[in-house]
Formats: sequence, structure tokens, C-alpha cells
Amino acid sequence: MELANVRSLTITGGRNKYGRAEDQTLTCRAGDITCIVGPTGSGKSRFLADIESLAQGDTVTGRRVLINGSPVDPSVVRATGQKLVAQLSQQMNFIVDLSAEEFLMLHAESRISPDPDGIVRAILAAANDLSGEKFTGNVSVTQLSGGQSRALMIADTALLSPSPIVLIDEIENAGVDRRRALELLVQKEKITFIATHDPVLALMGSRRLWFRDGGIAGIIVPDENERESAAYVREIDEQWARWRETIRTGGLLHAGPDPDLHHTD
Amino acid sequence: MRLITVAGPPSSGKTAVILHLVQAAQAEGVRAGVAKFDCISSDDGEIYRRAQIPVCTGLSGGLCPDHFFVANIEDCVAWGKREGFDLLVTESAGLCCRCSPHLRGITAVCVIDVLSGINTPKKIGPMLRLADIVVVTKGDIVSQAEREVFAFRVSRANPRAGIVMVNGLTGQGITNLMRYFREIPDMKSFEGSELRFAMPAALCSYCLGETRVGTTYQIGNVRHMEFPRKEGEEP
Repeated sequence: MELANVRSLTITGGRNKYGRAEDQTLTCRAGDITCIVGPTGSGKSRFLADIESLAQGDTVTGRRVLINGSPVDPSVVRATGQKLVAQLSQQMNFIVDLSAEEFLMLHAESRISPDPDGIVRAILAAANDLSGEKFTGNVSVTQLSGGQSRALMIADTALLSPSPIVLIDEIENAGVDRRRALELLVQKEKITFIATHDPVLALMGSRRLWFRDGGIAGIIVPDENERESAAYVREIDEQWARWRETIRTGGLLHAGPDPDLHHTD
Repeated sequence: MRLITVAGPPSSGKTAVILHLVQAAQAEGVRAGVAKFDCISSDDGEIYRRAQIPVCTGLSGGLCPDHFFVANIEDCVAWGKREGFDLLVTESAGLCCRCSPHLRGITAVCVIDVLSGINTPKKIGPMLRLADIVVVTKGDIVSQAEREVFAFRVSRANPRAGIVMVNGLTGQGITNLMRYFREIPDMKSFEGSELRFAMPAALCSYCLGETRVGTTYQIGNVRHMEFPRKEGEEP
């Protein structure tokens, strides 16, 4: 099976931790963002693990993952399982002692890219576009700030990783434009799942899977009101980013309910 | 009984992977035991016992751990048969990159962690190159790109092996590893078994307890390094 031919992913319900049937079937298509919400221990990681391992009824949840609407041949599951899903989480770091450019070249070579120079330039440009703080290809990947490395990981996953499915476990709101990051993944037609309770990210999804007791307890589809709220939430997020910038650049923060204080300079 | 040899550098996560694997196998009704090989000391026996997995531990002490392994593997198999196991997993640390405990016809697993660096796959010898399955651990803390580069380099060092990413802490990835293990055939007979690759050679005065340094005391299989020389300099 060619990774590029993965157009949709269907997850059929299994059972929750009390053995009750999870009466949900969900299909996600290329370019879809699906959010995953629920308290710790509610089954979010288990769900992501089922996708990652292309569960065929052989995991504790009993879920099944179909690709392009069909079950996947077991030999294919084994061989492509690892490459189907790219993962990104807050605890991931770069550990290789190479410059950003050298490292991306290495990744491009491992992907047998026809134009490694071009793709490396494109990834660096995209990462800088997402990162609040600019960086060049000469800087060592281990010296990048949290935001810069997150931006580089997202740009690299979007542009160079072969995986059609991307699992994201929360991205912190520090120095990376998360909205643009998700837009980049959508534009590259990734099937994206994001475990997050961040309103900005959660409202970017076309659906939210709500987990409880190890299973999907509900699929929440944003209504008209929530779509309107998204604009307001974004505004606050942008304001928050400006406040951060004020502090970073040595300014004084004058913000609060007192209208006299509420000016930006 | 099925036999699996698991080897890998120290602290790569062998015990964690085996724990998850054996528990997954037990959940399918498989009776499994572990033979743990170590050098100086090992706490892993206790870890397995706490998980209620039958275990025997062998410490090689002053001997080459690989030689100790191969001299004892037959007895391990006999123990496993006496205990009535369906599955026996041997765990041995690849203390030098030249370690090669894998046997012909016996499923061989190499556990290696991404934190060891992207050059490690080519530095490890037969333990990785001749394994059937390479389990890559600790991938949850490095970037996707590094995981991909690492997996690529593993497949270049050993194009034949299946590569499985496993998180030793959570057990994520064991599902995929189990898909390989379900297909392992029963070991017919252990008689006439052969190593896949010769073990690291050593037969010199130091093997026999020599402690003094100097060429006078060096007898047997000894090799000397070469150093860069200036032009015209006599060796």
C-alpha cells in the first residue's frame, strides 16, 4: 500500500474499560482535524495508540482501523504500521548534535528526496513562518528554543515526513503560531488528530471526540455559536501573544479591566 | 516451546520491552519464562518475579558475557522445557558492539534506543545486523524526523529485519511486536544449533588473569593499534 494513497481513516468502535460497547464509527479524511478531549485516564492515549498500531481488533479496546474504507491486510499492517503515523508531542526534543540544515539534509536523504536542497530551504522557511523567533539553518537543533524546535518539527512533519496521519499531543502556546501550524498540516492533506484542551486548537477541529472511561463518550460538532466564539477566542489568544511580546521586549504591561489602563503602546 | 533471544546495549530498555511482551503473551494464554544474563549484578530477576514471570538469572562475572551465554543456552532451554513454558525469552546485554548471541533458526531480537544517536545502528555489529526484529525504544522523547532517520539507518544496517517502535514505559507498540511473535514457529530441536555469527574472539594472557601492562606479558591473540606517523618516521 502506498502511503500517498491514504485518503481516509475509519475507526470502528470497540469497548470501554468496563467492557461496554463503544457505539461510534468515525471517518476522517485527508485534511481533517479531529480533536481529542477528556480527563487524564479517559482513554485518549489508548485511542491514539490504536490509530498508531492500526488496531485490527487485536488491542485491548477491540477497535478496528480501516484505510480508505477497507480493512488492512495483516502483512501490510506490520510493514507500514510504523510509517503511517507521525507523532508530535510536547516532550519530544531534538537530540542530534547537528545544525538545522545538516539535520534536515540527513532527513531528506533518508527520504530519498529528489531535491534535498529545495526541500530543506522550504522547511526552514516554513518553520520560520511558524516561529515567533527567527532562526537560520546554521544553528544547532539542540540550541533551538521550545517554540523554534516545535515549529521546525511541525514544518518537517508537514513537508518531509511520508506519514499521511499526524498525531499531536498538545502544543504549548509558546513562540509558535499554532493556528498556522495546523493550517500547514491541512494544506499538506494530513489526517490530523490533536489531543488538546486549548480552546484555540480545540476550536480548529471539525469535530471533538470526548473520552470517558476508556471510550468515546460523544462526538461534538461545533455549532454556529461555537464557530463565532472561535473568532473571539483567537482574538484573546492574539492579545495574549502581544502581552508576551511586551514582556519579552522589556516593556511594561498595562492591561486590566480598568479602561484607563487598557491601551497598547 | 518457542525461544526468542533478546539482546541490546545496556539500558536500551530490554527488560521493559520483555515485560510488556510477556504480559501481552500471557494475556493470550501463553506460559512464558525469562532467562536473564548479566555480568556483575542484576536486579531484573526481582522485576520479573514481581510481575509474576518465572525467571532464572545467570551472572557471567569475569567471563566474556557472550561466551557465558552460549555455554549456558542449552541448559536454559532444558529449564524452560522442564517448567513447561510455551515461550522462553533470553535477555542478554550487548556489552560490546561485537556481541552476537543470536542463533540460527531462533527468532532474534535486538533492542536499541534512539537516544543512543543516529550513528549507532552502523556501529553495532551482528547483534543488530543479524537480528530478525529490531525494537527501537525511547522514540517518545525525540522528534519524528529523528525517529525516521534512525529507522532508516537501522534498515540500512539490517534490511531484512522488521523494525518496531516500542515505548518501554507505556508498552505502546507491543501490539505490533505481538503481530511478529504470533508467527514464530515452535523450536523443533535445540540439538545441532549454531550461532549466526562467531563470537568476539579472545585468547590472550589477560583472559587468563594477567594484570601487568606491557608487551612482555602479552601472549596469545593480541592486536596493536596503528598511529599516524610523520613522513620518514620509522615504525
